[in-house]
Amino acid sequence: MDPRAATSTIASIVPAVRAGKIRAREVADAYLERIAREDAALGCYVRVDAEGARRSADAVDAAVKAGRDPGPLAGVPLGIKDIFCTKGVETACASKILRGFVPPYESTVTARLAAAGAVSLGKLNMDEFAMGSSNENSAVGTVKNPWSLAHVPGGSSGGSAAAVAASLCVGATGTDTGGSIRQPASLCGVVGIKPTYGRVSRYGVIAFASSLDHPGPFARTVEDTATLLEVMAGADPLDATSVPQPVGAYAKAARAGRQSGSSLNGVRVGVPAEYFAAGMDPEVEAAVRGAHEELARAGATLVPVSLPHTRYAIATYYLVCTAEASSNLSRYDGVKYGARAADPKSLEELYARTRGEGFGREPKRRIMLGTYVLRAGYYEAYYGKALRARRKIADDFAAAFAKCDVLVTATSPVPAFKFGERMGDPLQMYLADVLTVAPNLAGIPALAQPCGFSTMGLPIGLQVMGPPLGEEACFRVAGAYESRTSWHEKRPPDVGGLK
Amino acid sequence: MSGASRIKPEEVREIATLSRLRLSDEEVKALTQDLDSILGYVAELSALDMTGVEPMTHAVPFDCPLRADEVRPSLPLEEALANAPRREASFFQVPRIVPGPAGGGGEEDL
Repeated sequence: MDPRAATSTIASIVPAVRAGKIRAREVADAYLERIAREDAALGCYVRVDAEGARRSADAVDAAVKAGRDPGPLAGVPLGIKDIFCTKGVETACASKILRGFVPPYESTVTARLAAAGAVSLGKLNMDEFAMGSSNENSAVGTVKNPWSLAHVPGGSSGGSAAAVAASLCVGATGTDTGGSIRQPASLCGVVGIKPTYGRVSRYGVIAFASSLDHPGPFARTVEDTATLLEVMAGADPLDATSVPQPVGAYAKAARAGRQSGSSLNGVRVGVPAEYFAAGMDPEVEAAVRGAHEELARAGATLVPVSLPHTRYAIATYYLVCTAEASSNLSRYDGVKYGARAADPKSLEELYARTRGEGFGREPKRRIMLGTYVLRAGYYEAYYGKALRARRKIADDFAAAFAKCDVLVTATSPVPAFKFGERMGDPLQMYLADVLTVAPNLAGIPALAQPCGFSTMGLPIGLQVMGPPLGEEACFRVAGAYESRTSWHEKRPPDVGGLK
Repeated sequence: MSGASRIKPEEVREIATLSRLRLSDEEVKALTQDLDSILGYVAELSALDMTGVEPMTHAVPFDCPLRADEVRPSLPLEEALANAPRREASFFQVPRIVPGPAGGGGEEDL
């Protein structure tokens, strides 16, 4: 069992485990060994749960032996972003303020994955409270990009993307509030999807900006990503914003796209001019234009469209997400769980010092901005205006999807940047999300997949967006593109022993 | 940044108090600069004509459904208290918030 092999996918592992050709325990051990060898240099995992992984794997093997159904993800080793509450396993959201927090309950996503036979290897690093685009905001160490250790993996789900790219798990969970699944997937050369808002339950996912938070999966192939989403998705009585519609046949859609010949006949691919704005790296633009041509060769029709309010997306996003974050993060007060400042003299001091000492720079910045824009007298000028701009951005997408089935753009305007390059100026860091935030504001599905490499050898990512609940169209187009290219077969070099 | 700043250090301190965040002087200085630059950037929304545009608070329409008002099992007391930084019996413990006969009122009094 070699985690780097082309056959180390859900599509290959599950049938082998179910048929008893390989034991889930062997698969888990192979990944645990690889993590022990490779992860010291990469820093993807904040907590490896070897014991729990072996226990889950043994349970899958026992089910196979007894002739019981081990589930659609039997023996698949996954990494879990440290934002998903896992019962009995510390969940700290890469923050000092939640250090030592052991959830008394399990998130719906991780519960569904476990029930399907998946094996959790441990918790993955991230930007603190999912706030960041480089993983440099983690309070427990940075994650390196497996393609170049001097470059960031993206964020906030940087540990998830890097772990999948480095074959330290077959798939991973992430969350995406403004690009936090797609941007790291793009920078690390893997596949990730932010589904429609409400498609995947947020129960047990530590909240950053509730109206924008979307849990979703990462994997190395489009079909594996689709298979994971099928298990994660679905209505949940524990999340009132989860959508009731039945879950689509995502893996089937991915396979349909893969069929040889003109698998995209009749599919209209929208190309929004605003997504090729100034500041885009020429190599990224060339890769995305090349992908458009490839999709046309597969039978798709390219349709020029316009999303005129794109330029307002970052401003709108940072007003909405900070307002919601300032409210969501008010619960960390040092009383019921997490860290507490030492020897406070009063309750007021307990709150202010616990929060002042426990939050890192970025959460503080966002709490402050959010409190500012929600203040009496400023509310309408900032937050109220942002909510109206959000409507205009969503209306742009609705108008575009009247003319096309999917939109295909770049995910990040640049390949991975170097550590420290953007940390001095928060606004520059926010602008890294310029192509990913609008789908969060509109709540539409958006998938990232590899579509090339820069001359420096850094991955470039494509973005495939669909209308609300249009995940199947995204998977079909992404599957077609993947089957006609070989980017997803490339692996970063091993780094074991390097520091 | 130009001289016409949108936010002053005193206002940053006020927001910090409202946010229950104790900040160092250096943090106040850095945040004054950061917030000023971000607020300058988001001001571009003023260019948009918002006449007749309904605010959008959520991506999908949903009404807050009410479940039947019936008692269901909840988190057991011990589990709910297991993560408390300090507890006493079945309570989360915090510094004294009302004056009492025991005096001063620090956490050590409890």
